[in-house]
Amino acid sequence: MLLEPLIRLFSSLRLTVVCLALAVVLVFVGTLAQVKLGLYEVQARYFQSFFVYWQLPGTAVRIPVFPGGYLLGGVLLINLFVAYFSRLGRQRFHPGLLLIHFGLAALLLGQLWTDLAQRESVMRLAEGETKSYSESQRRSELAVIDPSDPNVDRVVAIPESHLRPGTTISHPQLPFAIRVHQFWANSAPVRGDTNATPQVTQGTGLQARFVPRPPVTTTDERNVPTAIIELLDAQAPGTSLGIWLVSDWLLEPQAVEVRGRKHLLALRLARYYKPFSLTLLEARHDKYPGTEIPRNFSSRVRVRQPATGEDREVLIYMNNPLRYGGFTFYQYQMAADEAVRMRGQKPTSTLQVVQNPGWLMPYLACTLVSAGLLWQFTGHLLAFLRERRPRPTGRTLPARPAPAEPVLSR
Amino acid sequence: MKKHLPWLLTGLFALWVLAALRPPRPAAEFDVVGFGRLPVLLNGRVQPWDSVARNSLLQIRARQAFAEVTRPDAPAWNPGAKYTRMSALEWLLELMTRPEQADRRKVFRIDHPELRTLLGLPPDGPFYHAQSELRPHFEEIEKQARQAGALDPAQRNTFHKAVFKLFQNLVLYQRLKSTLQPEGTTNFLAELKAYQAALEPGLTAVTQHEAGEPHDTEALGTLVRFARRFEALSQTALPLIVPPIHPETNRDAWANVGASLMETLVTRQIHPAVLAYAEMAGAYAAGQPEAFNQALARHRQWLTAKGLDREIAKGRWEFLYNQWRPFYLGTTLYVVAFLLGCFSWLSATRAGVWNRSGYGLLVLGLAVHTAGILFRMALEGRPPVTNLYSSAVFVGWGAVALGVILERIHRDSVGLVMAATVGCITLIIAHNLALGGDTMEMMRAVLDSNFWLSTHVITITLGYSATFAAGFLAIMYVLRGLFTRGLTAPSRAALNRMVYGILCFATLFSFVGTVLGGIWADQSWGRFWGWDPKENGALIIVLWNALILHARWGGLVGERGLMNLAIFGNVVTSFSWFGVNMLGVGLHSYGFMDAAFFWLMLFVASQLVLIGLGSLPLRYWASLRADPPARPAPAPAA
Repeated sequence: MLLEPLIRLFSSLRLTVVCLALAVVLVFVGTLAQVKLGLYEVQARYFQSFFVYWQLPGTAVRIPVFPGGYLLGGVLLINLFVAYFSRLGRQRFHPGLLLIHFGLAALLLGQLWTDLAQRESVMRLAEGETKSYSESQRRSELAVIDPSDPNVDRVVAIPESHLRPGTTISHPQLPFAIRVHQFWANSAPVRGDTNATPQVTQGTGLQARFVPRPPVTTTDERNVPTAIIELLDAQAPGTSLGIWLVSDWLLEPQAVEVRGRKHLLALRLARYYKPFSLTLLEARHDKYPGTEIPRNFSSRVRVRQPATGEDREVLIYMNNPLRYGGFTFYQYQMAADEAVRMRGQKPTSTLQVVQNPGWLMPYLACTLVSAGLLWQFTGHLLAFLRERRPRPTGRTLPARPAPAEPVLSR
Repeated sequence: MKKHLPWLLTGLFALWVLAALRPPRPAAEFDVVGFGRLPVLLNGRVQPWDSVARNSLLQIRARQAFAEVTRPDAPAWNPGAKYTRMSALEWLLELMTRPEQADRRKVFRIDHPELRTLLGLPPDGPFYHAQSELRPHFEEIEKQARQAGALDPAQRNTFHKAVFKLFQNLVLYQRLKSTLQPEGTTNFLAELKAYQAALEPGLTAVTQHEAGEPHDTEALGTLVRFARRFEALSQTALPLIVPPIHPETNRDAWANVGASLMETLVTRQIHPAVLAYAEMAGAYAAGQPEAFNQALARHRQWLTAKGLDREIAKGRWEFLYNQWRPFYLGTTLYVVAFLLGCFSWLSATRAGVWNRSGYGLLVLGLAVHTAGILFRMALEGRPPVTNLYSSAVFVGWGAVALGVILERIHRDSVGLVMAATVGCITLIIAHNLALGGDTMEMMRAVLDSNFWLSTHVITITLGYSATFAAGFLAIMYVLRGLFTRGLTAPSRAALNRMVYGILCFATLFSFVGTVLGGIWADQSWGRFWGWDPKENGALIIVLWNALILHARWGGLVGERGLMNLAIFGNVVTSFSWFGVNMLGVGLHSYGFMDAAFFWLMLFVASQLVLIGLGSLPLRYWASLRADPPARPAPAPAA
């Protein structure tokens, strides 16, 4: 009995129209908000959420004020399925409508899959350089590197989200535990009087001073984090090995020796290792004659996979990525024009690395929807043309009754 | 007569369109037209001198030609006699060869009130000023422009923009002066001959000097003086007018005069094109048409001998395109067609004649519009839409094409008036967008993809066209329904069907276009959808069109509701088309009153007023009072 009104609610066109209207408002507000909040923040707050919250000024209370992207998408999906299945068998079959709506469902679900599974990173290569990892553009990690094996480094990487002040992190492969004293998501170096960061007793932090900065939101800046950590000997609980400053500002990792074994500490952009390597052979940045307008960016790279013995050259350029091993490599940034060469620097090329298992979904979905729309509207057009009768000789408005309209489904 | 009037009218206008293709008659014996067709390289592309002149004058003066009031006392019956007119080419030739005369021409348009007070100019017009008038203020203009240039573009207010633009225009003007020869040169050809003579002894002296041997210091000094002068010229000269000497090895190796003369230090031979241009410059300044025309012919022969046929053809065709101005002709045709369409509604007895005349002109306008787009495509070697300017041209084209189809079916002037309105407005928008300079600029690397330009961009632009077409049809419903008795039940039904049909079309194209954009983004950046403003704008159009269709299928809106929703589609589309481009500007403190932003807001306000009118109770509607539209029963739909 309760089901009946629910089905009626969730299958109604009124719900569809309301959701679409709310979606228009959400997308519009989400676009304007980018001016202030930046793209990533808006994505998280408006589109990849169930509710858009408003924070009461001066408090931590958050009030949901508007449905978010996930909620609207979810309701529209339910609306679509309920409307379709509740009428199954009762109405004429419309292949066009079926294709459109299930294509749309595939599109929405595909985007959800992408949101959840896609990982973006970049690979910065100077000419001649080889790398087998890509780096995150925004997320950092605290890496503890054990360089004792000459062939491979053993790395324990702690994501920045674990570096909350007051926590202690231990790991079976580490000879020490890490207690986090401070973590600043964004920071900057300063020239202070003492030139030392307070609290620090070891390492580079004795000579350099860093202060916290408010996090940035625009897409062309990034946060440079700094943390103050204390290392505690794992075998002798309570023994401190000193307080260190780790920062992404520091170019070189700092060495810690514990019972004769050296470890390196670095707070750096999170790295994702791959079972293969890329070598940049040549980076090109061509311009139109007599202008600074870029005409072409391209990177000639060599792909090597030790496991299969594969070794080949590929040219990556604009609109022509390399898809390899579940990853896609796109030409992203480039510093290879004449100015770079004249300064005597090595040309560098940055590739965007995307791992998205659901990348084919939109292709599938939009083929379905486009076919459905074409089917449906061609049907309308044909119906319209059939109903047009030969017109009377008068050229002005013919006084004939309005023909019956082709309604989408009757 | 009545029967033939439409044909006669259309034929007359067709003749007018064709007449515009004739080459202009030269004002003097100088072969200015031949000069205007010569190819040069600017903005990374080969173009005729004519384009250089028009685009420069457009940037500086906001017009493609020069006119100045020289005889204010001309008789009232002949106002044209008041002005001295010059084509852009004549202006540029004067600037390059007789700069002291050009400096007295009032070419700089300055209309920002604060900038005018800064420069001590009277607050109310005339808004055109000569370089010589501005000279005492150069220091101040440069200072202010540097301050403005240091700001983030989004933070600049209208004053910053105006002064920055003026400074850029002054720089452009100055650089154009040194295109053919260093500014202030009286006989460049003689100077070049002296340079050629100084080359051998000078270069010998250089070699001896480097080897530490005794050498001719005077010869060395002469050559160094020349080199310094030409090095400076190579920094200032703007268009690359010297064609590649070995086009078979590198066709892109164009150079400006200064750079070419520096290369002469290696080749030891002055480039024939430099000599030819020097001769033309001297002859033009001295008023010797024969010498000018001879040097011009020699240069053209040299180009042919070098096999630069493609460049010559490009110059010739683009010159023809510039002179024809198809979109200007189209705008005029649309205005006349619009008026004829309105007459057909007002006239009781001759409605058919006016309607057919208007339709003829609309079709002619569409033909010229299409020819213009095809012409541009051939010149650029690109699909029709490559930048905001060409999108405006194409949006109008799409709407006019839809209007012609509707008019062909219904013959009630509705499609005619809609098409003429949208066509005219979009071409005027395009005209204003062209004030920024060259509209055929080269494509940046990421956009350089004919495949995606011709699929994604065209589909999405046709989606804009269709949404605007539906919106303007809806406006006609509201205006005619409210204020006239002409909106009878059958014409209402016809309009209703047109709006509905076009909305279906709009949904299809904006959806497919948006998705194709996503696929392009996936191909070039690795993400199908990133919620960036342009993508969001496209998505809003799709959502809005889907909303209208669902509301209609669900019986949530009647006839007038459909019309109001379609009018709001105009707001949504204009936001997506222009608003998102202004986001960086529009919402920051000062850029708020940017001219384009003002017009966008005015358009949005006008649409809201129309929606308000469309929502008035039925008793105010002249046409609907007696015969109110029925509310359709909800149609269940999946």
